[in-house]
Amino acid sequence: MVQKMDYLRESPSQTAGPYVHIGCTPNFTGLNMYGGDLGTSMKTGPVQGTEITIKGTVFDGTGTPLRDAMIEIWQPDAAGLFPSANETRGTPDPNFTGWGRSAGDMDTGEFTFETVKPGAVPFPDGRMQAPHITAWIVARGINIGLHSRIYFADEEQANAADPILTRIEHQNRIPTLLAQKQADGTYRFDIHLQGPNETIFFDI
Amino acid sequence: MSTTPPKTGGFIPRDRVWQPDALTPPYKTSIKRSPQAALLSFPSTLSEETSPVFGHNLIGKLDNDLIHNYAKDGESAIGPRIIVHGRVLDENGRGVAGALLEFWQANAGGRYRHKKESYLAPLDPNFGGCGRTITGEDGSYEFATIMPGPYPWPNGMNDWRPAHIHFSIFGHGFAQRLITQMYFEGDPHIKLCPIVGILKTQEAIDALTAPLDMNRTVPMDSRAFKFDMVIRGRRQTYFENRKEGL
Repeated sequence: MVQKMDYLRESPSQTAGPYVHIGCTPNFTGLNMYGGDLGTSMKTGPVQGTEITIKGTVFDGTGTPLRDAMIEIWQPDAAGLFPSANETRGTPDPNFTGWGRSAGDMDTGEFTFETVKPGAVPFPDGRMQAPHITAWIVARGINIGLHSRIYFADEEQANAADPILTRIEHQNRIPTLLAQKQADGTYRFDIHLQGPNETIFFDI
Repeated sequence: MSTTPPKTGGFIPRDRVWQPDALTPPYKTSIKRSPQAALLSFPSTLSEETSPVFGHNLIGKLDNDLIHNYAKDGESAIGPRIIVHGRVLDENGRGVAGALLEFWQANAGGRYRHKKESYLAPLDPNFGGCGRTITGEDGSYEFATIMPGPYPWPNGMNDWRPAHIHFSIFGHGFAQRLITQMYFEGDPHIKLCPIVGILKTQEAIDALTAPLDMNRTVPMDSRAFKFDMVIRGRRQTYFENRKEGL
């Protein structure tokens, strides 16, 4: 027998279930707890950079909107710095949390994030990545949380040089990762769990 | 030979053979909510190796006491009183300090306090069903609650969930984000449940099943169950010759 490896295995994931909002956004479900839900506001004061609004809906394989999902996003500030204990490259915007959590609208499922346009962040090899936001989606029927990324359709030059986007085999799926600017100035980022427009999900 | 300690690398890749698949037909809702294309595998970057900071000052005095955090003054939730405790560890076996844990559950009758929930078991006016805490220096946590009841759910014609508590875990990298469920030792519904059934091995089921812990039980007050959770760890390396895409 060889020596025993003493690594532990990650806890197996289980679905967030239909009542994830009780645990993570209790005030959204009408429970008056904690003085408010975490992640409802990403700004604690005047922020640096361009303020933007991102809206979207999560659809299942039949095109039906999910009304029991929870979406979290995580991103750097306008200068590309993360409001994280692990950030060693500089001091991030003190009025920006970088993290948002949305239960979506109770009736339509549409989520909304009021945030700032993220700055660029380097890839491990030093090349710059295109500005992006990390997204994480959980819901009843999703056995393990889905990671994706929100890039911006109006960052054509940066997207064309992005180390991840350029390595994707099915280039015709890249639009599923692009938030599109709408006539009213907001960005639209719909998430399709399956079907012809299935969003690219990451194992990262 | 260098005597400096190894550097911290990116996250250890997630073991997708060990973790449940997205498509698990006996759990019907997964059929139309499971991605069908292959996931895009990439090494973690700063976007996944960082995460927001949740300080201990976030947590209120009763946040980890579900028996009292929704109850009227002088009253308490109905049901068998229990303590759930354990540690959050990473895959390297280290305790994870400062992890945010959020938990939610049904009441003793198997009923959730949610407007879309219609099970005929009554609500307990003194039970909300959610709590939260932040792990200590060694990754330890504990909370007080009541034993949740099993309940029927629409899947097959006669499917029942075992008694369980949901956990959301926030470590120090967004790549570690995890939601899971804790089951109770000896529950006969564990073997029958299609959601437990997505787990691929008995070892995986055992990893989510909390044993009765008589040593932490408070005599004449509360029984205790121990539930450790493991989140992804980071690679330790002396060498970091990252080529493109590695």
